[in-house]
Order: sequence, then C-alpha cells, then structure tokens
Amino acid sequence: MRTLLLRSLFSAPVTVAAPKADDVALAQVGAELEARARRLFGRSITIREVDAGSCNACELEIHALNNAVYDVERFGIRFAASPRHADVLLVTGPVTKNMKVALERTYAATPDPKWVVAVGDCACGGGVFAESYAVVGSVDKVLPVDLHIRGCPPRPLDLLKGLVALMDKASEKRSVPPSR
Amino acid sequence: MDQTISQLLANRTPVDAARGWPRYRIDSETWSAIGQALGAGQGDLVALWGDRESVHMALRERGLAPCIVSIPVTGGIFPSVGRHHLPAIRPERALRDLHGHAPHDEPDDRPWLDHGAWGVTAPLGATEPALLRDPADYRFLPVEGRGLHQIPVGPVHAGIIEPGHFRFTANGETVVRLEERLGYVHKGIDGLLAGADLGKAARVMARISGDSTVAYSFAFAQAVECALGIEAPPRAQVLRGVMAEVERIANHFGDIGAICNDASFALAFAYCGMFREMLLQATDRAFGHRLMMDCIVPGGMANDVSQDAASALMITLDGLLPRFAEIAALYDETPSLQDRTCTTGIVHRDLVTQWAAGGYVGRASGRDFDVRRDAPYRPYIGLPFAVPVLAQGDVDARVRIRIAEIEESAKLIKTLILTLPDGPVSAELPQGSETLEGTGYVEGFRGDILVWVRLRDGRVEAAHARDPSWFQWPLLEAAIENNIVADFPLCNKSFNCTYSGHDL
Repeated sequence: MRTLLLRSLFSAPVTVAAPKADDVALAQVGAELEARARRLFGRSITIREVDAGSCNACELEIHALNNAVYDVERFGIRFAASPRHADVLLVTGPVTKNMKVALERTYAATPDPKWVVAVGDCACGGGVFAESYAVVGSVDKVLPVDLHIRGCPPRPLDLLKGLVALMDKASEKRSVPPSR
Repeated sequence: MDQTISQLLANRTPVDAARGWPRYRIDSETWSAIGQALGAGQGDLVALWGDRESVHMALRERGLAPCIVSIPVTGGIFPSVGRHHLPAIRPERALRDLHGHAPHDEPDDRPWLDHGAWGVTAPLGATEPALLRDPADYRFLPVEGRGLHQIPVGPVHAGIIEPGHFRFTANGETVVRLEERLGYVHKGIDGLLAGADLGKAARVMARISGDSTVAYSFAFAQAVECALGIEAPPRAQVLRGVMAEVERIANHFGDIGAICNDASFALAFAYCGMFREMLLQATDRAFGHRLMMDCIVPGGMANDVSQDAASALMITLDGLLPRFAEIAALYDETPSLQDRTCTTGIVHRDLVTQWAAGGYVGRASGRDFDVRRDAPYRPYIGLPFAVPVLAQGDVDARVRIRIAEIEESAKLIKTLILTLPDGPVSAELPQGSETLEGTGYVEGFRGDILVWVRLRDGRVEAAHARDPSWFQWPLLEAAIENNIVADFPLCNKSFNCTYSGHDL
C-alpha cells in the first residue's frame, strides 16, 4: 500500500490528464459551474438523487460524477443521503406509480429553496415505458421540474453541463425581486 | 411422488412452435408432481411466469437439459409450486398480481408487485378497476420477542441506488430478520413487450436492467434468432462476446470498489472507479455508447466496429489489468478490510443450491454453474476459460470470485478480438406469419438471464425475462441474519441485486 500511496502522491491527478476534447470541455464546464455555485450557495450545492423507476443506467452515470475523473466535489457539488440536506433533487426514471408517493414525500422533505432536475429520457418523457399502465410518465407530471437533462443515459459530462444550466436558471429565479 | 421429472415428462411431445427449450403442455397433477420433485431437490426452478390463459415454468432437472412446462388456468387458479418449492413463492405472488391467476394453497398470499397504486387489479389479465391503497399498507411478517426493535429503510435509500424497502428487526446490533419489500420500480415490462415489434421490444429489453443491458439484448437476440431459426453472422457473435465480457469487467470493477468503500476503504474505491471509467470511455469510442446500450439487435449488431477501435479497447484493458492487480493485491494485504469482509454475510451451499442462485452469489457458495460453460452458446463454444468457485459463501468470497472473473474475462476478450472474423454484422430476419417460440439463455455479470419469446407475424406476441436477482434477493435475507446492522451495506453490495430487473 505504501508504494501505491507514494506513487499517487507524486503522479499527476487523473482529473487533469492530457487534454483531449472531452477533458477540455470538462475543464470549461467546471470553471463556469464553480463560479455560479459560489455566487448562489457560498461554495456548494447538495443533491439528493431519487430513482423513480429507472433501469439503473442513469444511476451508473450519476455515480460516475463522483469518480476521480469527473470528481464533481471539486466544483462544490455533493450528494447527500437525506432530502433534508438537499438543494436539488435529481430524479431519474419514468416515475412508476409505485414510486409516486415516495417521490412526492421526498420533495416535501426537501427544504426551500429547491430545484428539481429530471435526468434521462425516461424522467423527461417516459422513454420506452411511456405507454405502460405502471408509470406516470415523466417527472413534471408529479413535481415542478426546473431542468431536463436528456440522454439514455446522459453521459457524465452532459450531467455536468446540465448542472451549469441549472445554475443559470437558479440565478434567474433569485434575481427576481421578492414580491413580499 | 416417486417419479422423476423426466419420467413425468416421458413420451410427451413438445408444442410445435417451441424452437428453443422444449415446452410441454401438461395437466395440473403433473404440474404439482413436478413442483414436489423440485422441492425434493431434483432440479432447479429457472423461471415461473404467466400469460392470459396459462402459467409457465422453466426448469432444469439436475444434469439434464432444461425445459418449459405449461398448464392452462382453470377457474382462476393453478396449483402452487411455492408450497413445495420455496423459490417459486415470489414469482407466484408477482404472477397473481399481474395476471390475476391465483396459486392454490400458496404459502404467502400477500401481493408482491401490486402496491395498490395502479388503479386496477391484474393489469395483464382480467383487469378490473381498484381503489388506490396507501403504499405503506403491507403486512410484514410478525416479529415478537424481548428487546427487538425494527429499522425501516427505503424505498428511497441513502446512496445513489435503486428503490426498495428493507425491514430490519434487530436485537441490539444484531439483525435477527430482514424482510425485503420490492416492486417499487415495476414498469409493466411484460405488458410493453406483448404486441411490440422487434425493434421496440429490443429497446425495452435493453432497459430491463441498465447495468446488464448487453446481457439482456444478447439474450433477447438469441431468443428471437432461435425462434426464427437463424444465426447472427460470426463477426456479430464474436463482438457480442466482447461486449458481454466488457460489461462483466466494468460491473465487477464498480462492485469491488463499492464493497471496499462500504468498509471505508476509499483507496480501492477511487482506483476501481477510475478503472471502470477508463473502460467505459474505451467502449464509448469502440461502440458509440458507454454502456453499449442498443448495440446488439436481433439478427446481429446495430453497427460494425472498426479493427482499430477493437484493438484500442484491448490496449486499454491491457493497461488497466496490471493496475487492477495491484488493487487486488492490496485487498489481499489489508487485514482491516478483510476483517469486515471475511465471515460476513455467509450464504450456505444448501440455500444457493435450493434457490439455483446464479453468478457470484452461487459460485461464492460452491454452486459450480456458468451458462457460458454449462449451456454453451456462441461465441463461447470451445473457448477455454475457468469458472472460479469458492466454498466460504461470505462477502470476501463474492469479492474474490469477481477478482478472478475479471482476469478470465480479460483473457476471453483478448482471444475474441484476436480472432475477430471479417464479414457482415447482421443477418436478414425472415418474414413469416407462423407462431414461433424461442429461448435465450446467457451469463450476465450477475448470473444466468433467461429470455423467452413467442413471435407471431414478425411481432412479439408474448415475452418474459427472468433476472438472476429473483433467486438472489431472498438469499440476502438469509445472508444478513445474525450479522450486525452496520454490515448490511457490505452484504447488499456484495450481492448487488437489481431492483429494476426484478420488479420488471
């Protein structure tokens, strides 16, 4: 283990490896995201992921955001275990009828201000399951959705770009003077 | 009951349409006798499902070829197999929820997939409107005793994982019972498949469980090709094998890392996550999709792969393997980690045998079965590879099976890519109006996946996909017994059952 740790210490991080097209985009996306996150939430936003009937492919790619290559935490974005600690709900799946109540309760448990992001083709429009008796169809039939990130499943980089777009939307929401 | 299953089925002619596993129409008495024979340990239950008029059971008598038996449902009931053979209980509960056929004298009459949220009963049978029920309205098994407390977990879990409910009953730290309640991600897949054209059915199949998208597409393509009496071109067959093995390695990387992470060993988690990512980036470049979704279609492959891309994939893998070997060695040399995994979550051999549990769950507990070797299909026919088997049945054994499988799969990928034949990657599907049935049976990363289809007029008339998790989930309940609550994540991750593939 000592050798491995030493080598990790002296080797370049995988995150900023040789710039290929993807890595360049990743770096850009990262800088933009960080600036917005800092303006809005100090330094961080916290996400609660809710699988509302996905095939688990979206979960695999959301997981990938946390790996050393995408390392989403460096942008101030982290995933929380409880909706009570979340600013954003990241919802996947065509919202099965069996998950509808759980999704609504998770939303109710999330403190304001909060945003909902529908992730993947199923969450955005029901995907291949749209016409089934067992699904509601898309997340916006159950909750107000602030952002849709399409893809089957969306690539981790698309998820990152989507979160940048959410920051745009969120800052619009915040720049409107309060009505009361 | 003194006849063996083959004696019970002797001198019967399978239905004409069945081109894959033979399917026999039998009567209720024979059905019950087969159920008793399974209960007596004569064979494995492979799947149990229904349609509008009948109930089907796929089974394999020990040492013999698998087959399917069907009985008509009369008066809304059929004889329960679950009362003789416990692994049939959950499939029977699911079948009743979906089709309305009631297993007679069943040991458990609670609904399974029907949470009272559909607004109807028996959505795939004689559907009737139903009042919505509170989803929490479910009779968990009663527990009584001094000092017991319950911990309800889910359906929304703490991690980025699929939804399901776990009801723990604990005495202090020790779990005395875990009861699972699943069905939250039921999407009505059997219903979507019925009547679908092959293209749509293939897209649904690819989304039964995203982590096994290649395996499901492979099994579905096999089933359709078997029904139509065609074979995919040799190049497509080899590419399918490459993809299936890449999927296995990618998932095993993820699982090994996640198991270590559940024991707070972040170093292995970080490295395994990186290996998985690098492999997925290589598959993205080779096949145009990180998870290789929709790449396998009935008749062959959706797209060809360039020789350069295939070689690049091999080079990536060659680079990753020595680095993974270091992490595997690290796992071996870290007693504090093994303190968590060794003797944790033991599943006994008799249970994996009774449940015919596939994949690493079975093989870590001494069940020496792998479809690629024991019911070989292309491209594995004649290929040398080892099937690792261990006896301990604990979390550690399930980790070690995965480590060994990564090595074997990597060898397979190399052999396959080096022998990749030239030629087309898809075959024309013959048109016809006949009714034809086929079976597809493949080894996914989690275990044996069965897909059964009945085609008519070039469309899917009926289909069923049985995930290995059906016979692994119940064993997780056994694995956690007498372990501490804090070890549940380790046990659960070492099983890594699919919710979506089970809930359908």
